[in-house]
Amino acid sequence: MMLRSFSIREELLNNFRAAYARMWVRLRGANRDPISLVAEIGLPILTIGAYVILYKAIGFPSTAGAAVIIGGAMVAFWTNVLWNMSSQWFWEREQGNLEMYLVAPVSRMSILLGMALGGGLNTAIRALGIVLLGIFVFQVPFQLRDPLLVGVVFVLTLLALYALGMLFASLFMLYGREVWNTANLLQEPVYFLSGAYFPGFYGPIVPGAIQVVGSLIPMTIGLDAIRRLAIGGGDIASVWLHIIALIACTLILFPIARRALNYMESLGKKEGRLTLRWQ
Amino acid sequence: MVALDQVDLEVYDDEIFGLLGPNGAGKTTLIKILCTLLSPTEGLALIKGLDVVKRASQIRRIINLVSGGETPGYGILSVKENLWFFSQLYGLPRDFAKDRISKLVDQLELQDYLNTRMSKLSTGYKQRLNLARGFVNDPAVLFLDEPTLGLDVLSARHLRTLVKDWIRTGGKTVLLTTHYMAEADQMCDRVGIINRGKILALDTPQRLKTKVAGGATWKIEITPNLSQPESVKSVPGVVGLSQTDNIESGVTTLKLVLEDESVMSDILSKIRENGCRVLNMGKSEPTLEDVYISLVGTGFE
Repeated sequence: MMLRSFSIREELLNNFRAAYARMWVRLRGANRDPISLVAEIGLPILTIGAYVILYKAIGFPSTAGAAVIIGGAMVAFWTNVLWNMSSQWFWEREQGNLEMYLVAPVSRMSILLGMALGGGLNTAIRALGIVLLGIFVFQVPFQLRDPLLVGVVFVLTLLALYALGMLFASLFMLYGREVWNTANLLQEPVYFLSGAYFPGFYGPIVPGAIQVVGSLIPMTIGLDAIRRLAIGGGDIASVWLHIIALIACTLILFPIARRALNYMESLGKKEGRLTLRWQ
Repeated sequence: MVALDQVDLEVYDDEIFGLLGPNGAGKTTLIKILCTLLSPTEGLALIKGLDVVKRASQIRRIINLVSGGETPGYGILSVKENLWFFSQLYGLPRDFAKDRISKLVDQLELQDYLNTRMSKLSTGYKQRLNLARGFVNDPAVLFLDEPTLGLDVLSARHLRTLVKDWIRTGGKTVLLTTHYMAEADQMCDRVGIINRGKILALDTPQRLKTKVAGGATWKIEITPNLSQPESVKSVPGVVGLSQTDNIESGVTTLKLVLEDESVMSDILSKIRENGCRVLNMGKSEPTLEDVYISLVGTGFE
């Protein structure tokens, strides 16, 4: 039997279909259960609220509250990246889906891309809910001079963040339950290192070393840029370096994620660990 | 640990080939290698002439895998949604996928559950959905890894019929692993008996049984079970023995494959020495189980 070669267009189309389908599953799955929507918007507000009230109590300007609301919304993306991207292959393996993905004639990157798009869109709905609810409840001021630029920076942040998620997903492909601990280990420190819950991460209070380490996380860069644009009334001049850094992150992380995924898949095939469950 | 050792076999078009062996024999390992999920440490495995290691992406277009006891898919999605999703992993255009899903749903009698969430399906219907997923890309080679595991008799029969009908459409190959002897006997054109990673015998079920028929196969019901089965096995002329206990009735069925029947009196003496009472005994037509017993010396127990 001679197998027909697929053209690049056909390959791309097939992978696009797979990515779209995986995105659709994530969107459909996450929104079919309305309780999760309520929980994922409502619960973060409690944490955000605590910080907003604290900053008001100690006499910080009201922009600190706005910074925390944006930070809280971005935290939703980080949580999504950790629990629904980085550890996703683990869940897929436990459900018996990983085998199906690996037997299917599509790039695993298209599956990860679908997960990322679905996760990003889902979380964007939740993040928007958090911001709107936060503004409504806490009456914090925003100064949006250039909403389009905010949108661009936001999208670039998500691209860099989910590229990091794809890298983690690839690296943790063979992980068993330790993926939970790893996700936990990465969760809280990033809340701190990104300055999600306090204003002025790049100000004089935060030690330089922490600023440097935090700058390795795309969320820190994106969050700072969004805050400058949405609260400080900044323009392109105040965030151009952020934009370059975010683009660079994406361009670096995406191919590394691809290589890592190929390597881990190959290693898993050799060691027989790709479909090994209950680890 | 060696999972597969010097396995050398060829499976043809339009054939249902069965790999029969106990748990840990190497059946699933072989299937995983052929499905591109595992890399062999050495040797060569080809699907339609393509190397499973070097040409994996091409091979994946023409294969699919259905594992028994597995329920791939997403519980929160319906049957229809799950099938659509899997069809997209094979790049099926929308209308084409819709037609294919519609046909599969009819064939597998899933119509009443089309909009039911997968999490709400019974085990049998989940396995039907799993099988529908396996057919969704109309593969040239379908791997069925213990597909009837955990299914009731009717569902298992339905699934077997479906696979046999499908292979008749032409140009298809099925590689089936099972440890149900009757299933292999009923479904497979040829069977390979595998144990501890080695293929012990490979032929049509009929020919394999004929090879055993040269000797004699006996079925003896006793109670209680043999405390020292080795004492019976060691009787000269005994090729193999399997012992199956029925916990409910307390009756144990011995299946014996003998070189000839002259050793029966010695066997009965040994059974009595084990403190067992013979309830029933008789010659039986050789089955694939007898073939296995004659090759390995024991049953799957």
